[in-house]
Amino acid sequence: MANKTNINVLWDKIFKVSGLIVTLLGLVVLAVLLIDIFSEGFSRLSWDFITHYPSRHPERAGILSSLVGTIWVMAITAALAIPIGVMAAIYLEEYAKKSWLTNLIEINIANLAGVPSVIYGLLGLGVFVNFLALERSIIAGGATLALLALPIIIMSTREALRAVPPSIREASLALGASRWQTVSTMVLPAAIPGILTGVILSLSRAIGETAPLIVVGALTYIPFLPESPITGEFPFISLAGLKDPFSVLPIQIFNWVSRPQHGFIVNAAAAIIVLLTITFMMNAVAVWLRHKYQKKIRW
Amino acid sequence: MHKGFQRGKERVIEGALFLCALLSIFTTVGIIAVLIFETADFFGEVSIFEFLTDTEWTPLFANKHFGIMPLFAGTFLTTFIAMLVALPVGLVSAIYLSEYATPRVRNVIKPMLEVLAGIPTVVYGFFALLFVTPLLQSLIPSLSGFNALSPGIVMGIMIIPIISSLSEDAMHSVPMSLREGALALGSTKLQTSIKVIFPAALSGISASCIIGISRAVGETMIVAIAAGLQPRLTLNPLVPIETVTAYIVQVSLGDTPWGTIEYKTIFAVGMSLFVVTFMLNLVSFWLKKRFWQAYE
Repeated sequence: MANKTNINVLWDKIFKVSGLIVTLLGLVVLAVLLIDIFSEGFSRLSWDFITHYPSRHPERAGILSSLVGTIWVMAITAALAIPIGVMAAIYLEEYAKKSWLTNLIEINIANLAGVPSVIYGLLGLGVFVNFLALERSIIAGGATLALLALPIIIMSTREALRAVPPSIREASLALGASRWQTVSTMVLPAAIPGILTGVILSLSRAIGETAPLIVVGALTYIPFLPESPITGEFPFISLAGLKDPFSVLPIQIFNWVSRPQHGFIVNAAAAIIVLLTITFMMNAVAVWLRHKYQKKIRW
Repeated sequence: MHKGFQRGKERVIEGALFLCALLSIFTTVGIIAVLIFETADFFGEVSIFEFLTDTEWTPLFANKHFGIMPLFAGTFLTTFIAMLVALPVGLVSAIYLSEYATPRVRNVIKPMLEVLAGIPTVVYGFFALLFVTPLLQSLIPSLSGFNALSPGIVMGIMIIPIISSLSEDAMHSVPMSLREGALALGSTKLQTSIKVIFPAALSGISASCIIGISRAVGETMIVAIAAGLQPRLTLNPLVPIETVTAYIVQVSLGDTPWGTIEYKTIFAVGMSLFVVTFMLNLVSFWLKKRFWQAYE
C-alpha cells in the first residue's frame, strides 16, 4: 500500500521535470531555427542587398522590388481590413441583437478563421483577378490578404470592446448620448490599445503569407518597382501603382529556396532575417501595447 | 429637426456597420461560389468517379489522369506525422502549464511558445528542407532529399503552440472544486491531471486537436518547399510526395493559361480541401461549444 503511494509520488516528480523539458522542446527548436538562419544569412546582409533588384547572379541579387511590394500590399491590406474589421466588430458587439442572422455571422467568422490561406488565394483569383478584372495586381493581392486578415481582426476587436465595462456605456447612455456617440467617444477610445494589439498581430501574420499571393499571381522575379505614389504634379499622389504586378518578400524567399545554387540559399536566409525582423518588431510593439494597457487602465 | 437629423445619422451609421459585418457572409459565399463554379466546369470534362477512384494524378502530363487520391495520400501522410509530433508534445505542455507551472513560469513560456505559431511558414519550409532533412539523412541514409517526414515534423512543431495553448485554456477552466476534490482524496497532481482534469476537459482538448489537424491539412508552403512536387499514392514517409495544397501552388507558379483543364484542376482540388477543412472546423466548433456549455 505505502509502496504504491511512493511510486505515484515518484511518477509525479518525474512528470514535473519531464513535463518542463517537453514544454521547452519547442523553444529549443525555435533557437536552433534562428541560429541556423542567422549563421547562414547574416554575413549577406548589407545595404546593397536591400537596395538591389533580383538577379541571376546570387551575389548581385537584392530584395528591393519584393520589399517594396510587401510594403504596398500591406498598405492596401491595412487600409481595407482595419476599418471594415473594426466596424464589423462594433456592430456585432455594440449593436447586434440576438437573432439567427447575427448568430450565423458569428459562426461564419469563426469558420472563416479556419479556412486554409491557399483557399483565400483561389477566392482572390476568381473574384478580384478574373471577375473584377483587376489582373495580377497589387490591389488584387492586397484585397485578398485583407479578406484573410478580417476574421482575426474582428475577433480580437470584439474582445477589446468586451473588456470595456458596461457601466461606461450605461453612464453615457443615461446622460442622453446616442448609441453612436457612446461608442465613438467612450467605448472606442477605451478599447483602442486592445484593438491595435490585435490589428498589429494580424498584420504581422499577413506579412508572412505566401501561398495566397502565389495563387493570386504575384511574380517570382520582378526587376522594376510599381509606379511611385508620389508624383511631381498636382495632386502629387497617384494610385496608378495599384494596378502594377508585384512580388513580396516571402515569395522572393520561396523562389530562392527552390534554387540549387548555394548563393541563393544564402540570399534566402538573409531575406528571412529581414522578414523575421519585421514580424518580430510588429509583435514586440503589440506585446508592449498590451502590457502598457494592462498596467495603466484600472476600471 | 436637429433630433430627426441625429436619428437619421444613427440609422446610416448602424447600416454601414451592419454591411461590414455582412461582408464576412459574402466572403464565405464568394469562396463557395468560385469553387463550385469552376469545379462544375471541371466535372463537365472529367467524371467525378475518375476523380475519386483513379490512382494517378497527372494533369500536367500528356497522358492525363485525374485521381485525387495521391494528393490526399500526401496530405494524410504529412498531417499524420505532424500530429505524431504535435499531439504528445502539445498535450504534455498543456498539462504542465495548466497544472504544474507557477503563474510566473506560465507567463514567460506561453508567449514564447506562441512565437512559434507566428513565424511565416516559408521560413519553416527553409528550415525543413535545408536543416531537418540533412539532419535526418545522417540518421536514415535512404531518406530522399524531398520527403514527407521532414516537413511533417516541422509542421508538427509549428502546431505545438496551437494545441498546447488551446488545451491549456480548456484545462484551466475546469472548476477548481474538481481539482481540490481529487487532491483531498490523496491523489498526486499527476493522477489528478490525468484522471480528473484531462477527462473533464476532453471535449475542449479534442477541439484544439482538430483545429491542429485542420491547420496541418491546410498548410501549404512547408510541404511545397520540402516534400517535393511528385504526386504518389504511398504511405512511405521517405520518398517525395505532393499534398493537395502544394499542387495548387505548383500550378499557380507555372504559366497555365486561364480556362484550360489544368487550370480548372486547382479549383476542383481546392474544393476538396475546403470541404475537408470545413468539416473539421465544424466538429471542433461543436466540441468547443459543448465544452463551454458544461462549465459555464
